[in-house]
Amino acid sequence: MNEIWAGILSAFRLIFALDADLVEITLRSLQVSLTALIIASLIALPFGTWIAIRRFRYRRATIATLNALMGLPPVVVGLIVYLLLSRSGPFGVLGLLFTPTAMIIAQVIIITPLIASITHQAMRDLWAEYHDLLISLNTTNRQRIITLIWDGRRALLTAALAGFGRAIGEVGAIMIVGGNIDHATRVLTTAIALETGKGDFELALGLGFVLIALALAVNFAIHALTKTEREGRW
Amino acid sequence: MAMSMELKDVTVKRRGKAILGPIDLNLGATGITMVIGPNGAGKTTLLKVLHGVERVSDGTIDWAQPADIARQGQAYVFQSPIMLRRTVRQNLAYPLQLVGVSKSEIETRVTAWAERIGLGDALDRPAPRISGGEKQKLALGRALIRDPDVLFLDEPCANLDGRSILDIEALLLEAHASGTRIIMTTHDLAQCRRLASEVVFLLNGRIHEQGDAMGFFANPKTVEAQSFLKGDILL
Ligand SMILES: Nc1ncnc2c1ncn2[C@@H]1O[C@H](COP(=O)(O)OP(=O)(O)OP(=O)(O)O)[C@@H](O)[C@H]1O
Ligand SMILES: [Mg+2]
Repeated sequence: MNEIWAGILSAFRLIFALDADLVEITLRSLQVSLTALIIASLIALPFGTWIAIRRFRYRRATIATLNALMGLPPVVVGLIVYLLLSRSGPFGVLGLLFTPTAMIIAQVIIITPLIASITHQAMRDLWAEYHDLLISLNTTNRQRIITLIWDGRRALLTAALAGFGRAIGEVGAIMIVGGNIDHATRVLTTAIALETGKGDFELALGLGFVLIALALAVNFAIHALTKTEREGRW
Repeated sequence: MAMSMELKDVTVKRRGKAILGPIDLNLGATGITMVIGPNGAGKTTLLKVLHGVERVSDGTIDWAQPADIARQGQAYVFQSPIMLRRTVRQNLAYPLQLVGVSKSEIETRVTAWAERIGLGDALDRPAPRISGGEKQKLALGRALIRDPDVLFLDEPCANLDGRSILDIEALLLEAHASGTRIIMTTHDLAQCRRLASEVVFLLNGRIHEQGDAMGFFANPKTVEAQSFLKGDILL
């Protein structure tokens, strides 16, 4: 018991002393997951909105595929990206395996369907609500999309946050494609796995607290957003 | 400037069944036309056809100008008000922003219209949270703010109390006096008598009678219209 307390104490000491390793790993985690989030959002937000308001031939199939992709186990995504980027794979020449870029690619694949799916649901409801009015007011396609995105911005932000939460806490895929290399591809989750294995609980716990704080912050933000949405405060 | 509208042999079908028509209808460039008839008669469908937002299975609609230009001069108040998830102020401003009215002009018109619809104190409240009656007034204000040539209203006074009904009727008469062509539905025969210059009586998707209001109320020609005016339940 004492050992655990000692571990927690030194973990906080690491955090408040801004331990170099801890800061480096945290910053890399943020860099990878935020980059993945931006790329995924750029794809998923317009795509989710588009399938919500546009009727096209394979719409149902597209939505079903999206939902299926959302359930894809991250480890499998990691494996597939690994095979694609490995030296003998189709993109082997790019030499991306075991780089942050590879980790970003894997995370983009993991969170894009999630963000697109949440976006689609929110935008579909909003479009059903606004449809008649926007048609009646003779809006252009551009005006419609801007109106929907603006009035649905909370839902879109929620979708993005959910994606970020999933990305920052993911371990399987980035372990495979990143390789958990010190000073290169080591991020919060992979470092925790490694340090725990080594028995260095101080750093593992320190990193764990940072990760928890990030996850909590994301959840609070989502909660606050959905609450203002429900109560209709603007 | 208001425009006449003409429907020729128009039919609206849903799932293979005709819910409106075939009908022929000629609407002149001025006046207040009341579309009346029992629930499910096709009043809403007819209004949407005239506005050009309902898919027509057969027949033609003629606005005496291209459809999208005609629609630009039309405004429509839906049977259940659609509120943008924004403040009352932003709801009023929205139709003006779409057509690029200047900020200061928007500000002036929004303030003026908020007063006229009795929502001057509610400008910064979220529109989805105001009362049902206030939503109906807001929807009307938002429709009138662009000073439309033609105004369609689908039951604008349903669920309103006497005071609010008179307020809205006053706004409609004012708009009409300044040249807006009004086409509306109502279940309130007394309101129909107060406002209508012309009546269209719908039953089962067909026009049973169309004519000037005085004539219609004094001397309805069809048996169905006679019993509808007496308050009989039409089956
Ligand atoms: N999308 C649709 N699919 C199938 N039937 C429809 C559809 N829209 C309307 N209808 C039917 O068409 C008929 C006319 O509907 P409409 O809404 O025009 O009636 P209304 O006269 O406005 O009735 P109310 O007084 O209740 O508003 C109704 O029987 C309705 O059920
Ligand atoms: Mg109706």
